[in-house]
Amino acid sequence: MTAPADARAADAQAADARTADARTAADLPGRAAAAVPAHGAVPAGDRLARGLLGLWMVAFFAYLFLPLAVMAAATFNTSRFPTVTPWLGFTLDWFGVLFRDAQLWRALWTSLAVAVGVVALAVPTGLAAALLLWRLHGRARTLLYAVMVSPLLTPGVIIGISTLIFWDRWLDVRGGIFLTVMAQSSFIAAYAMLLVTARLQRFDPAQEEAALDLGATHLQTFRRITLPYLMPSVLSAAFLAFLQSFENYNTTIFVRGLDTTLTVYIASKVRTGLTPAVNALSLILIALTVLGAVAYEIARRRRRA
Amino acid sequence: MRAALRHYGPVLTAAITALTAFWIVVLIVLPQLLMVDFSFRPMLPPSKLGGPEDVHTLRNYATLWGNTVHRGIFLQTIWASALVTLSTLAVCYPVAFYMAQVAPRRRLATLMLLLVIPFWINELLRTFAWYVILAYNGPLNAVLMTLGLIDEPQRWLGTPGAVILGMVYVYVLFMVFPIYNAIETLDRAQIEAARDLGASWPRIHWRVVVPHARPGIAVGCVMTFMLAAGSYAVPAILGGPSSRWFTEIIYNWFFEGGNWNQGAAYAFILLVLCVGFILLMMRLFRVGIGEMAK
Repeated sequence: MTAPADARAADAQAADARTADARTAADLPGRAAAAVPAHGAVPAGDRLARGLLGLWMVAFFAYLFLPLAVMAAATFNTSRFPTVTPWLGFTLDWFGVLFRDAQLWRALWTSLAVAVGVVALAVPTGLAAALLLWRLHGRARTLLYAVMVSPLLTPGVIIGISTLIFWDRWLDVRGGIFLTVMAQSSFIAAYAMLLVTARLQRFDPAQEEAALDLGATHLQTFRRITLPYLMPSVLSAAFLAFLQSFENYNTTIFVRGLDTTLTVYIASKVRTGLTPAVNALSLILIALTVLGAVAYEIARRRRRA
Repeated sequence: MRAALRHYGPVLTAAITALTAFWIVVLIVLPQLLMVDFSFRPMLPPSKLGGPEDVHTLRNYATLWGNTVHRGIFLQTIWASALVTLSTLAVCYPVAFYMAQVAPRRRLATLMLLLVIPFWINELLRTFAWYVILAYNGPLNAVLMTLGLIDEPQRWLGTPGAVILGMVYVYVLFMVFPIYNAIETLDRAQIEAARDLGASWPRIHWRVVVPHARPGIAVGCVMTFMLAAGSYAVPAILGGPSSRWFTEIIYNWFFEGGNWNQGAAYAFILLVLCVGFILLMMRLFRVGIGEMAK
């Protein structure tokens, strides 16, 4: 729940939702059957409750998507300030303004550099931690697990602050891309660890034993048996790590030094020099995110099926 | 450890242990410990570090107590975060209930996807969407004026209301999923039985569904409160001088006031506040840490 946990927690929840999803699918036939006969003789009070609930759901989804739609629509308004009222005319000029913005491109490269660094550090770390935890039992495992997930329960600003103080004051390393990678990895590795651990729970250790008994070395066994089995979860972890890093703001602002990531750039633009070019950027990022999310969900469902 | 050695061999075990140790020691534990230590020391020029003045003191913590402006902002942050949590709970409970117990199966998969999509979108961008809506020349004022509810445009941005509204929007999904997961495990027969025995809908919720959903509600509240109290993006974009957030004060200690020791003390206070809230929720909802961790 680290606040920065912001986004991270999101994913933990997303993971929850995923398992919930699977569960629902499993026990649904029974449930659906129970629901149908109840429909036959619904008393008036129930119908009212059901109607209200339906209305609430419609309002809720409107609430979720309407703001995003308004923001997207403002991209195409000629107005210098991003709005949809009044509508002054349709234009695509703001995309052009955006692409000519040199600062934006620099911020984008910074964000990509950080994200690549985080994937390279946090994913192997999460994988290693999951493998280690798997071989531990009892108290040691509980304690280690608690420490590993604790960054997910720490507000993101605090992760940024503690990383900054430690590296700057004790090791004399100033804020910048490197520190941003360190700070973000401390909690993103926890996501990777959770994803790999979830898959390890379904791993049959006999496969490993068999490989070792047949004379494979430990390294061969890892490379040919364990790692291929874990690969889907490692790829998921890499994808999530990249996204989490790219989106991070609360932790990054403390450790960025003089480097500007894309989120920092967007926030500064909103406060000084806001034009619909920011909406154009948001629209592009949202489109990419949604495409990525849908592809991820489809891939996950296909794997499960 | 011996099991690891047997399964992974010496080379792999060494690599695994080294990476994990780096994460735990260098990235998690040392920074946290040193931040706390740092917060108990006075700010000194480099020449005086390690000297007679470099001792542990509570002075940085006393500042918060003595500075009425900071204390006010601290209390307002707690109060506003609690309000965000409560509003989010009110918005999400019916949604979670619908998804877990009412929605037909065919629709559930679509609903899930619709819920998850905004979740993937950057917090900053979702906040920015509200900036556009709440702006002085924005659609909210236009709609309200067209409806005749207000005579002239209002300044929404920069008010505490705008920050709270934005936070509810941004953190809504952290509340939906834990509650959904909890209600989803409730056997529908329990609801049917309560209804057959003549219980009204409010009573069924109060006596059957809510007690069952306790751990989910507790987790949702903890997540939302922590995200709200620790948020920097939302108050920075939607807030103003009258709605300053405690995280903004912390940020200023670091990058404007230049007193990191003081900033570290405030950060630690924020952390203690969040941990305190977890304990309060566990007590209030009578759930153990194990139940919450699920």
